[in-house]
Amino acid sequence: MAERARVLEVDDVTLRFGGLTALDSVSLHIDEGEILGMIGPNGAGKTTAFNVITGVYQPTSGAVRFEGQPLAGLKKHAITRRGIARTFQNIRLFNSMTALENVLVGADAHHSSGVLSALFRTSKHRREEDDGHERGMELLEFMGLTSRADELAANLSYGDQRRLEIARAMATGPKLLCLDEPAAGFNPQEKVQLMELIKRVRDRGYTVLLIEHDMRLVMGVTDRIVVLEFGKKIAEGTPAEIRDDPAVIAAYLGVDEDAS
Amino acid sequence: MGVVRTYLDRMARRYAALPRPARLALIVLLVIFFYVLPLLRPPIITTEQIDFGGVMFGVAATALVAVGLNIVIGYAGLLDLGYIGFYLVGAYTTGVLTAYHFAWPFFLVLPLAVVVTMATGVLLGWPTLRVRGDYLAIVTLGFGEIIRLIVTNVGWLGAAAGIKDIPHPPNIGPAPKPPFDQGGLFSIPSLQWDGIIPSIDQGRDTRFLIFGALSAVPYYWLILTFLILILFADRLVKDSRVGRAWEATREDEDAAELMGVPTFRFKLLAFALGAAIGGLSGSLYASSQGGYINPQSFPLLLSILFVAAVIVGGAGSRWGAIVGGTLVAYLPERFREFADFRLLVFGLALMILPVYRPQGLLPPRRTIRARVAAKEIDQLEGRDDAQTEVL
Repeated sequence: MAERARVLEVDDVTLRFGGLTALDSVSLHIDEGEILGMIGPNGAGKTTAFNVITGVYQPTSGAVRFEGQPLAGLKKHAITRRGIARTFQNIRLFNSMTALENVLVGADAHHSSGVLSALFRTSKHRREEDDGHERGMELLEFMGLTSRADELAANLSYGDQRRLEIARAMATGPKLLCLDEPAAGFNPQEKVQLMELIKRVRDRGYTVLLIEHDMRLVMGVTDRIVVLEFGKKIAEGTPAEIRDDPAVIAAYLGVDEDAS
Repeated sequence: MGVVRTYLDRMARRYAALPRPARLALIVLLVIFFYVLPLLRPPIITTEQIDFGGVMFGVAATALVAVGLNIVIGYAGLLDLGYIGFYLVGAYTTGVLTAYHFAWPFFLVLPLAVVVTMATGVLLGWPTLRVRGDYLAIVTLGFGEIIRLIVTNVGWLGAAAGIKDIPHPPNIGPAPKPPFDQGGLFSIPSLQWDGIIPSIDQGRDTRFLIFGALSAVPYYWLILTFLILILFADRLVKDSRVGRAWEATREDEDAAELMGVPTFRFKLLAFALGAAIGGLSGSLYASSQGGYINPQSFPLLLSILFVAAVIVGGAGSRWGAIVGGTLVAYLPERFREFADFRLLVFGLALMILPVYRPQGLLPPRRTIRARVAAKEIDQLEGRDDAQTEVL
């Protein structure tokens, strides 16, 4: 297999909040077109790692590089425009806006028409509106939300809200899509459907970083897995390697103190 | 309240079902009605104890302010308690440039006042918009007071005595030659009502178009024209990338930022545009019939009233802002006989409203819009049974 381009490199990143070390020299990388799973027990630092990647936190030391370029110092919206989009563990849609408008906000990330364009309805404004609507409707269709397009986001069902969040993130036209526990609160069947969806997302050319609790699901869908515990990376490898890794088993099942 | 709402909804639906020319005609009729309202002097709503034209000017000025503040509070979700500061800056810029230190023509100063106020908005917003919510409210509250205290104490700005003899907007037609020739092109009479029987009131002519001491109606016409223009602009901007970015920022600032919205820039833009409209209203107020401003014209209470206008009307809805601004400015004038109690009544109303109608009198009509859009989609997908007339 040809060497695939590295989309994201997290290089020896440490993040401290006062005395608490949330991330401790974590290094990982994501190759183009793969689905990388990030797992670990509660409080392991998965979402914190997400927040460092998307610019919510600046690492205390170490660097995050996206397509070879360092992200340090970039504003969050600038990072999104570079090509990293994310969803949230607890759904954070724009509730008073319709499903389509939510996606349009994402699509607007690459638009630039301002007040004057809007006031005079310039050709640029119209082109960007058309482009946004076209892309938005196409994404809603992909997510199976076409009939909900004009429903307020707050009125959508839980599952639809989760899917809408993914659509909104995809609308920003990212290379790397970071999904933070997209299957949280789903029943087993819905989870399986969602994993199928994530595979289809990848097949459309997105690289996916996936946080998920459910080991069995992650095994089925990811190409590689990184395991975090207490802010440290304790294992990395293919799903099969991870399954048999004693450190991972210990982290998830605990270690019998008598035996150790 | 619910009855009114249902009735309004039904009206809106019926209106949306009309053919385009009919709807245009209706709008034109409504606009004409508002232009001639101070001349019609309909019973009950006309204020008898105080010049009705002047009251209508005040109402339109407040509605204009409310529309501007609605951009800041309603669209972008920034609680600005110092909006009176921008009103003041607009008024004082006009006062200084047309009367106090210079004598520049009105229609040159008006856009200048808007630009100066906009710059003030950016200047204030740059440091303060980094704080959120309650903190922003406190900072802006302070700003409103600081500006008022500055003009009270700076001699170059007239200090406590204020600025008088601010020129009125230029007349159209021959200038008046007192004592008998009132000038202007022609005369428009007013009506008077005996019960429900109208008759021409010869004693209340309005000369077209003289901005003088005799009739306040031309001032009202001028500000109403600006109000209508601003409403169109407001609609165009709201229904674009800018409006969406504001709404997303209001709903969840962090999520908006992570979806690629430069939230700070858009908050600053909302602040600047809101300020500009406040400045426009202030500028028109300064050159209105009184032609006199002093620091006492811009008390903190007025700032709170502006916020109340937006909230009462329904934050985020431009028609709500107009209704709110109208109520806040009109009711105290109409019920002058209860002058001692009007603030009490107003306060009670403000307490009752959040209990029974927390979203305001006319909240944004998202549902109707969503319905129209649904039809549009049906059409785009070529479903022929969809109604053809949607916009």
